[in-house]
Amino acid sequence: MVRRNRKVVVKDFKVAEKIPRQKMSEQKPHERIKNFLEVPFGYTEEQAVKEASRCIQCKNPLCVQGCPVRVQIPEFIKLVTERKFIEAARKIKETNSLPAVCGRVCPQEDQCEKVCILGKKGDPVAIGTLERFVADYEREHIEVQNVPEVKETGKSVAVVGSGPAGLTVAGDLAKIGYNVTIFEALHKPGGVLVYGIPEFRLPKDIVSSEIKYVESLGVKLATNAVIGKTDTIDDLLNGNFNAVFIGTGAGAPKFMNLPGENCVGIYSANEYLTRANLMKAYKFPEYGTPIARGGTVAVVGGGNVAMDSARTAVRLGADKVIILYRRSKEEMPARIEEIHHAEQEGIEFHFLVNPVRFICGDSGKVKEVECIKMKLGELDDSGRRRPMIIENSEFRVKIDTFIIAIGNDPNPLIQKTTPGLKVNKWGNIVTSSDTGKTSRERVFAGGDIVTGSATVIEAMGAGKIAAASIHEYLSNL
Amino acid sequence: MSKIVSKKQLSEDVYRLDLEAPKIALKRKPGQFVILRLDELSERIPLTIVDSDSDKGIITIIVQAVGETTRKIVSKNAGEEILDVAGPLGSPTLIEKKGIVVVVGGGVGTAVVYPVAKAFKEAGNNVISVIGARNKELIILEDEMETISDKVYITTDDGSYGAKGFVTDALKNIIAGKDTIAEVLAVGPVPMMKAVCEVTKKFNIKTMVSLNPIMVDGTGMCGACRVTVGGKTKFTCVDGPEFDGHKVDFDELSRRLKSYSKMEKYGEEKQEGCCKGF
Ligand SMILES: Cc1cc2nc3c(=O)[nH]c(=O)nc-3n(C[C@H](O)[C@H](O)[C@H](O)COP(=O)(O)OP(=O)(O)OC[C@H]3O[C@@H](n4cnc5c(N)ncnc54)[C@H](O)[C@@H]3O)c2cc1C
Ligand SMILES: Cc1cc2nc3c(=O)[nH]c(=O)nc-3n(C[C@H](O)[C@H](O)[C@H](O)COP(=O)(O)OP(=O)(O)OC[C@H]3O[C@@H](n4cnc5c(N)ncnc54)[C@H](O)[C@@H]3O)c2cc1C
Ligand code: SF4
Ligand code: SF4
Ligand code: FES
Repeated sequence: MVRRNRKVVVKDFKVAEKIPRQKMSEQKPHERIKNFLEVPFGYTEEQAVKEASRCIQCKNPLCVQGCPVRVQIPEFIKLVTERKFIEAARKIKETNSLPAVCGRVCPQEDQCEKVCILGKKGDPVAIGTLERFVADYEREHIEVQNVPEVKETGKSVAVVGSGPAGLTVAGDLAKIGYNVTIFEALHKPGGVLVYGIPEFRLPKDIVSSEIKYVESLGVKLATNAVIGKTDTIDDLLNGNFNAVFIGTGAGAPKFMNLPGENCVGIYSANEYLTRANLMKAYKFPEYGTPIARGGTVAVVGGGNVAMDSARTAVRLGADKVIILYRRSKEEMPARIEEIHHAEQEGIEFHFLVNPVRFICGDSGKVKEVECIKMKLGELDDSGRRRPMIIENSEFRVKIDTFIIAIGNDPNPLIQKTTPGLKVNKWGNIVTSSDTGKTSRERVFAGGDIVTGSATVIEAMGAGKIAAASIHEYLSNL
Repeated sequence: MSKIVSKKQLSEDVYRLDLEAPKIALKRKPGQFVILRLDELSERIPLTIVDSDSDKGIITIIVQAVGETTRKIVSKNAGEEILDVAGPLGSPTLIEKKGIVVVVGGGVGTAVVYPVAKAFKEAGNNVISVIGARNKELIILEDEMETISDKVYITTDDGSYGAKGFVTDALKNIIAGKDTIAEVLAVGPVPMMKAVCEVTKKFNIKTMVSLNPIMVDGTGMCGACRVTVGGKTKFTCVDGPEFDGHKVDFDELSRRLKSYSKMEKYGEEKQEGCCKGF
């Protein structure tokens, strides 16, 4: 058995190797820096079918193991080769309710594609791009998505936060027949997908159509509902809800506590991106929210958030955008694709440097950032080499705007207003990882609020686990 | 959606609006505010909850038209709607019986002071109020302040009403009286709050101020509202809006409030391509 399988693999490998991995065409760098439209255009039908034909349909597909929600990858890809695009999208949706989002923002190179067998000798199958293609195809070709008939359980669940974790819990539970209401603090649902990740990487109509789908399942959405203020978790439990899921994300910006950090023109990435995305400040003055534009913009940080901030600054008309990162390029946590796009767009990377203070002018506006040079030392807990200061290596950079993108802490609002809810020393809610149960009866949690900043698909994975365990819990009640 | 139930002009640029917001009316405590977004194109802006009626499900806000968003809000009429109202936000004022409490309201700051003064009075304190403005027309909430205060002093810069001078002059006179003041609460333009704190600091009188930085989300997510208090950075929307006035860096707050003043001016004239290198 085993031997025969291996033979098949070897034969198909040869076929697959002859077809190169299909590339999406994309907006040229000099054009796209002047707009907020999405950068890659996605596959054509022909490209999609060709790329799908590269998949050798492994009997024991490693790729599925690499996907946190276990998308049935060979099955959906096979449907693509048969041009059954709608069916392919439905196949993905059995396990992943946001394929158009994940196809775009999943770090596939670290997940499904990392372990694809073709990657051993050449390029892995472009699973993410195929996922994106079929999801887009379905959205563009189907007016109303069919909503499964469900038998109502008569029980209600409150979901706090409308990011990927909350949307997943809500969708899954509604499909089983629960009465679900999502409470969202902001005026628009979607979490980081709407306020953080920019339009040019994840168009907002895609997010809103995914949310419409969740609503079509019968999920109610209460925006402007700041839980901990408008209602507490206990209010929800004492009211109509049998259980509560907390998916409030890692929303509190970290600052560096450097002298001059409150000068005018210094933003947290959260503020900068929220102004640009959620409030559409790039359309000021048509939209009322202003944002700093032009000049030299420096961003500190090396993750996706730093790349998104820098690329937003380019599009807002900056003359020059610099990324300051305290380690070297190899250690950057941002997706390779994002770093590559940022480089193409003319963003300068300064490695092994860290800001130490800001110098402001008389009006309070930031004028310069003083930085210090770093070198890499021993390996630290994260397995990366620890950055160390090189004494007396300070230098200054003239800037007009500065963006701090060094990460987020959990927002403490709910933890502070929910007695008995156990948190760890960083303020993340403690749960049992195979159920999402918290220390409070009837209260579940998942996503960034539990793990700290992670990924969209991991938040969705946590949401799936919590939905299943909420169902089990409420069924036995 | 929140319906405007009624609207009343209080002075040239200041209007009082009653909004339908049953949840918020039920929950709010003195010292809290809402974040409001008028329509799809508007900014999110913070406004104090001046009063509420939980039976009718109504909250009262008082708005001074100072820029694009506030002007658009006051141009709305009863029966029209406000797209988004979120709250109640911020930490409520700690209300307890303290003795003599002096509340100082400058201009529209009186609207922010009023709900807290009312709560202090209900808690059995002796409330002395000082309200000030540039001239007689700009004095608001005089009757309301009368009903909840043991004594009200009025000052105008030009002397057209009450005593001629600043709120700090009246405050100095009150302090000069022999009674010990337990606490001062001052709300108004930044220079006024700073001046009040300079006066009370000399006499070591605990002074709270309610700060009004620029905000975006109002939930602790963006840090736009950060202020320096006692050398530490605080987020006004969650740690405040009230802080110990003797520890606040008012100059920094003034500068941060002007972050967008040039752009806002362009924005109001709807000029295109205005904003490079602002
Ligand atoms: C700029 C940026 C770029 C990123 N890029 C990527 C990427 O390319 N790929 C990837 O996989 N991941 C990326 N991430 C990470 C990813 O977005 C997050 O891991 C994911 O969104 C977490 O989902 P969540 O549902 O836990 O929380 P969130 O998406 O943070 O959603 C939480 C929601 O809860 C709401 N909320 C908070 N407190 C309350 C309250 N008290 N009451 C009511 N509602 C509340 C918030 O307003 C928010 O809408 C990025 C993150 C950022 C910030
Ligand atoms: C917690 C809190 C409670 C508040 N309560 C009230 C209230 O009850 N009634 C009320 O009228 N206002 C209140 N404010 C102030 C109000 O939010 C601002 O006046 C409003 O955001 C200005 O928006 P705009 O678009 O109309 O003006 P903009 O066009 O943004 O600004 C116009 C001018 O006003 C100045 N300005 C901008 N923001 C502020 C601000 N936050 N405070 C003072 N000046 C500012 C600018 O420098 C500019 O010169 C409060 C603010 C906070 C933070
Ligand atoms: S959800 Fe993400 S990890 Fe899973 S298959 Fe799709 S792109 Fe890969
Ligand atoms: S995507 Fe890669 S690992 Fe997965 S089935 Fe196809 S060839 Fe095998
Ligand atoms: S307004 Fe965003 S953190 Fe306070």
